[in-house]
Amino acid sequence: MGATASQLDKGMLSEYQELTFLTKQEILLAHKRFSELVPKEEIDRINCRIPMSLILTLPELKSNPFNERICKVFSTSDIKDGSLSFDDFLDLLSAFSDSATLEIKSHYAFRIFDFDDDGTLGRHDLEKLVNCLTGGTDDTNLTPDEMRQLIDNILEESDIDKDGTVNLSEFQHVISRSPDFVSSFKIVL
Amino acid sequence: MPPKRKNSSIIQVEDVGMDVDAEFDSGSEDEARRKRIQNRRAKSQRKAKLTIEEEEDEDEDEDKAPRGRGRRKRPKPIDSDQDEEDEDKGKRQTATRRGRTTSKKKSDKEDSNDESGKEKGSRRQTRGKAASKTQKEEQNKDKKENAKGKVEESKDKKNKKGNSSSDSHNSDSENEEDQLSEGEIEALKEQVEEKKKLIATLRNKPWRMKKRLIILKEAQEFVEKFEGALGKGKGRKLYAFKIMMAKKFIKFKRDFENFKTACIPWERKIKEVESHFGSSVASYFLFLRWMYGLNLILFGLMFGLVVLPEVMMGLPYGSIPRKTVPRAEQETAMDYSVLFDFGGYAKYSFMFYGYYNNERTVGVLKFRLPLSYLLTGVGIFGYSLMVVIRMMARNSNEGGDGGDEGQFTFSWKMFTSWDFLIGNPETADNKYASITTSFKESIVDEQENQKDENIHLRRFLRVLANFMILCCLGGSGYLIYFVVKRSQDFAKLDPRSLTWFQKNEVEFVMSLLGLVCPPLFETIAELEDYHPRIALKWQLGRIFALFLGNLYTFLFALFDEVNAKMLDEKAVKNATEWAYQEYYANYSSFHNTTDVPPLNIPPADVVRGPCWETAVGIEFVKLTVSDVQVTFLTILVGDFARAVIVRFLNYCWCWDLEAGFPSYAEFDISGNVLGLVFNQGMIWMGVFYAPGLMGVNVLRLLTSMYFQCWAVMSSNVPHERVFKASRSNNFYMALLLLVLFLSLLPVIYSIMTLPPSFDCGPFSGQDRMYDVVLETISRDLPAFIGNILTYASNPGLIMPAILLMVLAIYYLNTVSKGYQQANTDLKKKMQMARDEEKNRRNNKDSTNQMMKDLEDLLPDKSLFKPQVQEKPPTDAAPEKGSKPTKMKPGTAGVNLHKEVSLASPNPRGPVSRGPGPRGGPPGNAMGPQPGPGRGRGRGRGAPPPRR
Repeated sequence: MGATASQLDKGMLSEYQELTFLTKQEILLAHKRFSELVPKEEIDRINCRIPMSLILTLPELKSNPFNERICKVFSTSDIKDGSLSFDDFLDLLSAFSDSATLEIKSHYAFRIFDFDDDGTLGRHDLEKLVNCLTGGTDDTNLTPDEMRQLIDNILEESDIDKDGTVNLSEFQHVISRSPDFVSSFKIVL
Repeated sequence: MPPKRKNSSIIQVEDVGMDVDAEFDSGSEDEARRKRIQNRRAKSQRKAKLTIEEEEDEDEDEDKAPRGRGRRKRPKPIDSDQDEEDEDKGKRQTATRRGRTTSKKKSDKEDSNDESGKEKGSRRQTRGKAASKTQKEEQNKDKKENAKGKVEESKDKKNKKGNSSSDSHNSDSENEEDQLSEGEIEALKEQVEEKKKLIATLRNKPWRMKKRLIILKEAQEFVEKFEGALGKGKGRKLYAFKIMMAKKFIKFKRDFENFKTACIPWERKIKEVESHFGSSVASYFLFLRWMYGLNLILFGLMFGLVVLPEVMMGLPYGSIPRKTVPRAEQETAMDYSVLFDFGGYAKYSFMFYGYYNNERTVGVLKFRLPLSYLLTGVGIFGYSLMVVIRMMARNSNEGGDGGDEGQFTFSWKMFTSWDFLIGNPETADNKYASITTSFKESIVDEQENQKDENIHLRRFLRVLANFMILCCLGGSGYLIYFVVKRSQDFAKLDPRSLTWFQKNEVEFVMSLLGLVCPPLFETIAELEDYHPRIALKWQLGRIFALFLGNLYTFLFALFDEVNAKMLDEKAVKNATEWAYQEYYANYSSFHNTTDVPPLNIPPADVVRGPCWETAVGIEFVKLTVSDVQVTFLTILVGDFARAVIVRFLNYCWCWDLEAGFPSYAEFDISGNVLGLVFNQGMIWMGVFYAPGLMGVNVLRLLTSMYFQCWAVMSSNVPHERVFKASRSNNFYMALLLLVLFLSLLPVIYSIMTLPPSFDCGPFSGQDRMYDVVLETISRDLPAFIGNILTYASNPGLIMPAILLMVLAIYYLNTVSKGYQQANTDLKKKMQMARDEEKNRRNNKDSTNQMMKDLEDLLPDKSLFKPQVQEKPPTDAAPEKGSKPTKMKPGTAGVNLHKEVSLASPNPRGPVSRGPGPRGGPPGNAMGPQPGPGRGRGRGRGAPPPRR
């Protein structure tokens, strides 16, 4: 796939439009932003990947507490270093785009929140999630007691089969009721 | 597919079926299961190679995510197979399927014979056995085919390659496809449709881009290849043409879609704001943009249908009195101060009602301007109503049901509280803080349900606060009434002797009230000590009441003025008529002739009435303009100047200005939205009397978009409590709808009951404004339409119509109540199911004997269990639709599967690990081989699977 060649050819563009929720302009913009990040010496290489550290310099992702998770989830790299190819980058933008369906969004949200990649949200994942949401600094962190209480409450609400973890379908059940998940699970370039 | 193959395959299958039955008793279930699991992969892969149709299954196996997509297409073949057992189908795959179903049938029969005494628990084993048989049969076939089918396979592959590689397949495949029977074409068509659907929905799959690309290419190839083959003879060309057109259309649609998104203005600006301030502030700008779009359309209507025709085709300026500045005003008509108050030339321009002529038709096109004026004025309301309601409906559809708010408070806070749009560290920090607070708050709420230590004091304070706010509202209402009254007195005086303040008192006071009262309310609301969210709602409601009260007092005062003007007008009218009669009488008596030439007075000198419509229009335009001024000034002073002072004086000040008292301003979302909504209400009300108001408003919205965007980015800080937007979006819309309705009332009232001025405006000379419509009906439309309308407006018809509407409302209401009831019932059911599961889980040892047995007996088997259970749904799924009698085994399988998954949290893991060597000899199975008897025994005495 010559996706990262300096120019996107027409066929690729139309295929990308078919496969993502992005419009032509958005894909072109994404391509522009992506090529800006590509290191100079690799600019002509097909299939080059951008390391996570560079991706995280994007202002859209910089102050997101889940930025590393997002990179890891969308990366197809074999060594799991969170580097993104252009395809992955488009995948990311498509999932976070305005017109993506709730199903897609909740699927990826689950993957992002699943810090240890074991397919369920266990207590450990939830703890990490809370820490991410509260900024991870000492003055804003919850006390262990509060944390326990909070996670108990969450499990009580959403863990329908009572196995101590939240799995994908339970997660989607909860998310689908939420009025503002779709509007807030968005990233635009 | 070469047709000759089917015979051999059928024979094979028949053989296999026999084999299975013979082998079954000796073979063990478990072994079979294992083999099946292994084979499932091998089989599917093999099949995929054999038939293109099965490509999808392969995909499925690869990722396991979307089940049932590939299966959906199966029901039909299975049905037909079962019904017409001996009818041959061209595809080997259907043959294998038939093999499967046949064996299953046999096993069912066998079951009923052998274990007629056994209870429902053994259903599962039936499943298992069926599966095992299928399995074995498949394996046998595999073996045989290894020998037999290899040639065919390779041939097939070659075929496929040839097809997919290029167009070279044409002659080849066409020849083949000509031989296809009707049914096959149908099936092929179905597949093509399937593929098309797949292409359309591919983006909904959470797969990697690479994989989606591959699948897309395959699907497209498939469609390309077989689409052309579907038509026949003459039809084929047509079909190909149709396909081509469809493709072109899709491409066009996509391009159009791209074009449409490219046309949306301010996308980047709003996104910038969004990333800095979160979605709540952005929602205001989205709302503003939406309003701009709406106003643009209304502006187009007004200008296209009313203003332009009058300007282009009507009489020019200065030709008739209503289009001329009176002699007395002419000296000052061009003065800036006069124009700024919309007097002078502005007053006698197309901006206002009075300018329009009452000629029935204008220009060569015979455009009926008065009629168009009335219909446009009313149509603007109709269109706005429609758009607002449609928007509301769409919003409420998107917003989920939201009925069970209390159910998931914590989970929502956890999973949905982060706004991924935030791209600004400062906002992110605020967001962290607000999330933490909300966590802590909710924990505290959960721990102790708010003890009210002094409920009486609080009640007293709340009553007091409400009383004070009511006083404020009443006071502001009276103030406005007083001011409007006074301004009428001023208006009677000489305009030159008045000061600026006296002239603009009304607007000034109204803007001031709008500026002062909201903060005052906020201060008073401190007394009440509500939860901030509730407090915000109260605050919004109060500001709304204030604005509404002000607007309506203003209106009532205006109506007083209008009544006074109408009396005035009557006097002027009588006086002119008297003067005319005098003139005629004098002329005829003086010249002694009845042929009186018309009086020739220059239009500027004609005595004219006050034209109350124009006066009302001027009031509204002035109000709008002053509103704009006040808004912009507030932003400049309150936000920008404050930001500048805080920023630069901070270097030489005794305390930290940025963190301390003045700090930077926050963007006041609710206030801004309310302002926008009320402004729009004024536009709606005023546009009938001042068609130019629409243009003013469009300009206003345009400038405020840029101005506010700039102000927000330059001098505001993100909210400390960052709250989300989507919830309140419909709230704004509801406000807009209410305001629209309220602004509709006075306009309709004036159209229906007030007599229009006799010497200005499109309706002059008529008794009521709506008489234009009646006149058009009686004079321009054919008589029978007039008759129909007369009948339609008959009370005898209107009453039943109203009755019908009432009935319809009643009916819809009942239906919606029924749905609500069903909803709550379902919810209750879910709750019960959940409770039941909870119970079952808790007292697992005592109640759920079967689960316990299962776990005790099969420590390692539970790993394989789900895979076995996986099978029945695949077979049962089609049956559910087609044959209700067969549902039971299927459902039982599903339930069991669920229970098993409860027992072993991650059942799928181990299975996906080892598919095993493909096509291994069926005899030497690995692992334990519990006999069938034992397997059956397991189910004995266990309670039947519940639910």
